[in-house]
Amino acid sequence: MRTQAETYDELVKGLWRDNPVFVQLLGLCPALAVTNSAINGLAMGAATTFVLVGSSLLVSSLRNIIPKQVRITSFIIVIATFVTVADLSLQALAPAVHKELGAFVALIVVNCLILGRQEAFASRNTVRASLADAGGMSLGFSLALLSLGAIREILGSGSLFGVDLFGPLFEPWVIMILPPGGFITLGLMLAVFAHLRARRERAHKEAGDELDERWVA
Amino acid sequence: MPEVDWRELVWIFVAASVVNNFTLSYFLGLCPFLGVSGRIETAVRMGLANIFVMVVTSVCAWFLNTFVLPHAPYLRLIAFIVVIASTVQFVEMAIKKLSPALFRALGIFLPLITTNCAILGLALFQTNRGYGFVEGIVFALGAGVGLTLALVLMAGIREENELASLPEALKGAAMSFLIAGILSLTFMGFAGLFSSAA
Repeated sequence: MRTQAETYDELVKGLWRDNPVFVQLLGLCPALAVTNSAINGLAMGAATTFVLVGSSLLVSSLRNIIPKQVRITSFIIVIATFVTVADLSLQALAPAVHKELGAFVALIVVNCLILGRQEAFASRNTVRASLADAGGMSLGFSLALLSLGAIREILGSGSLFGVDLFGPLFEPWVIMILPPGGFITLGLMLAVFAHLRARRERAHKEAGDELDERWVA
Repeated sequence: MPEVDWRELVWIFVAASVVNNFTLSYFLGLCPFLGVSGRIETAVRMGLANIFVMVVTSVCAWFLNTFVLPHAPYLRLIAFIVVIASTVQFVEMAIKKLSPALFRALGIFLPLITTNCAILGLALFQTNRGYGFVEGIVFALGAGVGLTLALVLMAGIREENELASLPEALKGAAMSFLIAGILSLTFMGFAGLFSSAA
């Protein structure tokens, strides 16, 4: 039986340490394709959250019934069902957002993050742990999409969530909301994170070996 | 058989391969784009396998759209995935039997790409734009050629890049994304083809 602390750990690991986009480099297609504004990134994050949490719930409760040989196919059918639900509901409830995201809602099916979590986690853990894992991963994913979308929108259209930030004097960097901007923004963000991580590790090393020995013991 | 409009087909091909390149302007198929673009030779083979699967996909999608899905539109996603994946598997088995050489060249890539986002994206775009049988195949060929082009370019640049001295933080994925951004910028130039023609 998992303790409270372990469940909490499953939840928070997706936010930073194992962030799906910035660390695992999963689910990149939607992460770049729809993040030309903060609101689109958020909408995509919400849709993915719904699919990931729903599929993890179903897969982890059915994990003892699904035969090993056909597990991938079963996962895909579960995921495709949730995506169809999300696609049709979005079309009915928020047609404007649905039009903006286009075929990318349907393409959540092939987001490797979702299938990856089913195979690596939900199919071999309890419902509670799987829900925590799915929740954390989708939060991390949404956060990544939101930050990418916000950066690209601020630089590319001079606004955030559609609210004008800089007034008429600002000349927007249109390239940021076009495809190349997506690649470049993510590339630079990865570089910054890699730099920060390297600096922290160096700081740990310089802080003295005594400390490390104590941690190991 | 309706008259085939060659001009239109050429436009579909050009649009799918360079102007709206699947990888560089739709961000589809990024996983193979980053994963197998280390060597030119692997990239070429991956690209060829992709063209092949895309054509198979296009035929499957056309078949489903024409005969099956009008009766049950809500099954679109599930039907696409299951039918495409199993058809590719069958074709793979047939190739293994008929042409072991071709299988050795493309074989290992086929399972990897049966349902990556470029493949499903192709089926969905084809449906949304209402392409017929011939148009669908041309669209698939164009998209596949475009993907191959992007992969091979990327592999070529990365091979050169191995010898460059990069800052520590830029090594690996970060640099790949920056290169992809510049490639994507280059490909945007092709959009001029359309505006000048119109």
